[in-house]
Amino acid sequence: MPAQRDGDPAIPRADGRVSPLRNLWRLRRYLRPYAAAYVLLLLAALAATGAGLAVPLVAQRVVDGPIARHDPAGLLRLGGLALLLGLVEAVLIFIRRWSQSSSSVGMEATIRADLYAHLQRLPAGFHDRWQSGQLLSRAISDLSVLRRFLSFGLLFLVLNVVTYVAVVVLLLRLHGPLGLLVAASAVPLFLISRRFGRHYHTASRRMQDQQGDVATLVEETAQGLRTMKAYGRGPELADRFARRARALHDTGVGKGALLARASALFDLVPNLTLGATLVGGATLVARGTLTIGELVAFVSLQLMLIWPVQSLGWIIANGQEAATAADRIHEVLDTPPSIVDAPDAVALTRPAVRGRLRFEGVSFRYPGSAEPVLREIELTVEPGETLALVGATGCGKSTLLSLVPRLYDVTGGRITLDGHDLRGVRLDALRRLVGVAFEEPTLFSMSVWENLTLGCPDATGDEVRAALALAQADFAYDLPWGLATRVGEQGLSLSGGQRQRLALARAVLGRPALLVLDDPLSALDVQTEALVEAALRRVLRDTTALLVVHRPSTVALADRVALLDGGRITAVGRHSELLATVPAYRAVLAAEPSPAPGLVRS
Amino acid sequence: MSRRPPRQHPPAGDDGQPGTALSHWRGRATDPDADRSRAEDDSPEAVARLRGRSRALLRDLLRPHRRPLGVAVALLLAQNAAAMAGPYLVMLGIDRAVPPLRAGDPGPLAAVAGAFAVAAVTEYVARRSYLTRSARIGQAVLLDLRQRVYGHLLTLSVGFHERYTSGRVVSRLTSDVDSIAELVDGGIDTLVAAALSVLSVAAILLWLDLPLAAVTLLAFPFLFWLSRWFARASARAYRHSREAVALVIVHFVESLRGIRAVQAFRREPRNQQIFVTVNDEYRRTSLHGFRLIATYSPGIKVIGNVTVALVLGYGGWRVLGGATEVGVLAAFLLYLRRFFEPMQELSQFYNSLQSATAALEKLAGVLDEQPGVPEPASPVPLPAGPGRGAVTFHAVSFGYLPQTPILTGLDLVVPAGQTVALIGPTGAGKSTVAKLLARFHDPDAGTVELDGVDLRDLSDAELRRAVVLVTQENHLFGGSVAENIRFGRPDATDAAVQAAARAIGAHDFIAALPDGYATEVHRRGGRLSAGQRQLVAFARAFLADPRVLILDEATSSLDVPTERLVQRALATVLRDRTALVIAHRLSTVETADRVLVIDCGRIVEDGPPAHLATTGGRYAALHRQWRDSLV
Repeated sequence: MPAQRDGDPAIPRADGRVSPLRNLWRLRRYLRPYAAAYVLLLLAALAATGAGLAVPLVAQRVVDGPIARHDPAGLLRLGGLALLLGLVEAVLIFIRRWSQSSSSVGMEATIRADLYAHLQRLPAGFHDRWQSGQLLSRAISDLSVLRRFLSFGLLFLVLNVVTYVAVVVLLLRLHGPLGLLVAASAVPLFLISRRFGRHYHTASRRMQDQQGDVATLVEETAQGLRTMKAYGRGPELADRFARRARALHDTGVGKGALLARASALFDLVPNLTLGATLVGGATLVARGTLTIGELVAFVSLQLMLIWPVQSLGWIIANGQEAATAADRIHEVLDTPPSIVDAPDAVALTRPAVRGRLRFEGVSFRYPGSAEPVLREIELTVEPGETLALVGATGCGKSTLLSLVPRLYDVTGGRITLDGHDLRGVRLDALRRLVGVAFEEPTLFSMSVWENLTLGCPDATGDEVRAALALAQADFAYDLPWGLATRVGEQGLSLSGGQRQRLALARAVLGRPALLVLDDPLSALDVQTEALVEAALRRVLRDTTALLVVHRPSTVALADRVALLDGGRITAVGRHSELLATVPAYRAVLAAEPSPAPGLVRS
Repeated sequence: MSRRPPRQHPPAGDDGQPGTALSHWRGRATDPDADRSRAEDDSPEAVARLRGRSRALLRDLLRPHRRPLGVAVALLLAQNAAAMAGPYLVMLGIDRAVPPLRAGDPGPLAAVAGAFAVAAVTEYVARRSYLTRSARIGQAVLLDLRQRVYGHLLTLSVGFHERYTSGRVVSRLTSDVDSIAELVDGGIDTLVAAALSVLSVAAILLWLDLPLAAVTLLAFPFLFWLSRWFARASARAYRHSREAVALVIVHFVESLRGIRAVQAFRREPRNQQIFVTVNDEYRRTSLHGFRLIATYSPGIKVIGNVTVALVLGYGGWRVLGGATEVGVLAAFLLYLRRFFEPMQELSQFYNSLQSATAALEKLAGVLDEQPGVPEPASPVPLPAGPGRGAVTFHAVSFGYLPQTPILTGLDLVVPAGQTVALIGPTGAGKSTVAKLLARFHDPDAGTVELDGVDLRDLSDAELRRAVVLVTQENHLFGGSVAENIRFGRPDATDAAVQAAARAIGAHDFIAALPDGYATEVHRRGGRLSAGQRQLVAFARAFLADPRVLILDEATSSLDVPTERLVQRALATVLRDRTALVIAHRLSTVETADRVLVIDCGRIVEDGPPAHLATTGGRYAALHRQWRDSLV
């Protein structure tokens, strides 16, 4: 199965033309608050390295000095110095690690919070395209890769490069020609690094995408668990999972092979350089241009290069992973939210709104699809009026409703509220004015109270009680912990009718100026439906409302009905009129079921 | 029966989560174990048990790789040997090859250089092959672990998933596995190399000078004590951070899935607030873990450096007293550093191990969870033959919570081929009857039988072939429309898939999608409305062709003509099949052979609809109401 990344051509993918590290570099703004801490920890790390190197020097002094001179006081003094240096080294390491942990974990948390805030701003259209597993793997796995790079990879990159350069400079001063030989070994190292980095970059990106695919499938499985159980399709899903996990495994093995090859080369190059130094140095000594002592010193110093070079393998690997993680994070952060406040947007308030909703030549096409769903919709809902939208399954009724709270923006024409283009009204004001209930009641695994007051966090107990009463949802008080009861994820522990009534209560809470209800009574039993209908009728008397309905019984709630057919409004009028004069309307909403042979026995 | 006795509910405001400030918006779960698997408990015995189990899981995962692991360790030893030979050969070259070279004999130098080249190449080969192998082993372990956990999650009951939430499932299979991957990636390398050098150096130290080695040994109680502190503290810290990251994931996944509701209700600021809280809790717990290692690792360093200083002083004193040679002291000091440096790496490894163990504990907890609806040990086959599908509920009692029974002593016999409609108020137990028949749950008492076989004795595959439940929640899995319909019968041909869609009246809209049957349902242009999804679900059920079909509010989002089409199709399907239909629309109910009115978990009316409509009971009242509502 291919990595189902996004497929949004609007997002530029990092390719050969831009530097692969560009997006990583762009994250430096998150480093800024920790700049001082970072400098401190870098200094501490360098000083600790120095202190660590000093201890053996002191030991050497002890041997050469006090012991040779039989000086117990000197021994005590130098022993004390070694102890002091050792403690200083440990304290410096402690300082480095301590400040490192707070800065890297702090940065990780900040980026994650920003990412989440941005995702909340991105419109429904974005979330339709992106699988949540891909978003999740960015917010969790990719960010922890970044954290690891910031806390180890970056630090050791700096430390090791500093060590490498310092040692090479010392070597050059010790002996020019031999030093140049060692310096020249940087060329193959550079070539190996570049090649390895490029290949690893691709593999690491593939792996992160595949991790997203696995996360997506897992989430989807948990979501569709009932369906999976109902059909007993566990084995098929396990196969599907096995394929994705296997793909991830294969990429991991490939990455491992790349890293193995590069690491082994990073081992080989300094070794061969050492061999060359030996042969060259021995020759020079034989010719008398170099003393043995100098050669020994040179070689001992050169041995110090082995670890910094050896560690290049995993530092580059870590860096490339961080780079692709940064790419993936920026793919989200770089997507501008398309539904935002216009610069001169007005904030309409509830008392100022009469509630005249007009669709003026509204067309809508889902991004990326060629066929428009809605074409040239002309429709007016007068203040206080209830308009029902009727049409065949999948004709675009729900899409039309979702344009009102601007979950999507129209692609042609405009929608006005009291003459204001919706795009000129501030989003939060608009969404405060519009109360929505979707065809599928979305509930979260939180308390009933929290689910009800999504839109009005400061609703009072009385307001909530009134809304619950209206939606005939008083059962909420009888739950084990009343309104504090956590409803299961998606409210699965409640029946369909209960969920729908909670969603309805949520929509009417806070007395919106405009109600947009998508088939609000579909899952209710006949008795409850009659009760809700009666209560709803009272609310609808003075609220402008747009309803999607399927049943003749619910149409009775509406003052007028509009028929949506083929993306256009083909008829508007009273139910009885349309029933009498429009055959298409009759076909969609005819009350009498036509007799189905063999089933009807009454 | 695996139903447990009720536990005491947690006190208000604390549902066992780190940070009580988090809990009030989440509300109080009806199940005290809502946030964890049953094996996870706060009691010390449970913690110890789970820890033991997670270590056992690790051993179990590694067992099949014993031989490759052995080879990898051998390669690692070879690599280390070659790496140590290099510097030695260089010194040998300087000492022994230079004088002959001066004398004009390049032979010894060439020999040393040759040996050096052999060592370098050996090191290259051994290192490369070791790293490749260890990556292969690590990835195989992860693959095995992922598949085990996923496979097990599939067998766990709907009840488990309802309380555990999908976010937590995702967290187990992503974030937890990731932290095990960290150990697998670099762990073995460090462990073997470090252990090797610690052991060999310890031997050398003992051999060099016994009294000095004894001083070195003084460090061990301190190392042990420090490590024990770290082990305990970090186990707790990582356990907390695993739980904290799960909460981040749960909130992230749920709120983005419901993004339309979030935006329509301007929930963003509150969500952000909650996210920042859980995210910060995660930051705090991981920071705590990192600070522990930030203390532990320099702590080891302090012990090492103090020991070096002590040995220096004591050794110097001994040399002054003539008890030891200067050379021995110098060598001892050099080796002592080699002894403590790998200790640092070991402490890193120990840290990764602690973090991975915390994750493994969570996974072991899931793997330990017993399926609430277990597969029978010896499944009984259904009697073969056409026209089967008789359903019997015998004295069935059931409740989701022990203290609130939904059904009590329900008796129901549905002969094969009958279409039964269930009606009644919300909460009466209609859906519960459906779920018991689909074996989403097992009854607390009594039996549910299909053709005389207790559902608990049927293999899952057999049961699912025979009984299909279609609900309002019509989940479409990622993939094409055709694949989603084929979910009903994986071996169905394209023609059969289309025939099912046609029969149910879904063909026209599917054909009009951008790629027809091949349209990806989760991709652009593949957006299906609730009604369309219901049609796909119906086509799926139609294709599955079960003996017993259960429809729980399955037509609620369809418009009238489509619903009629579906009903007509069902009329054909249901003619020789048993069906249990839960519907609120009497138009659906009227077409049934028999109507059951259920209230408070009991059947209060039972009979053909035409008959019940005339008896003046509840059905008759509803029927009248419905007739009136038809304008």
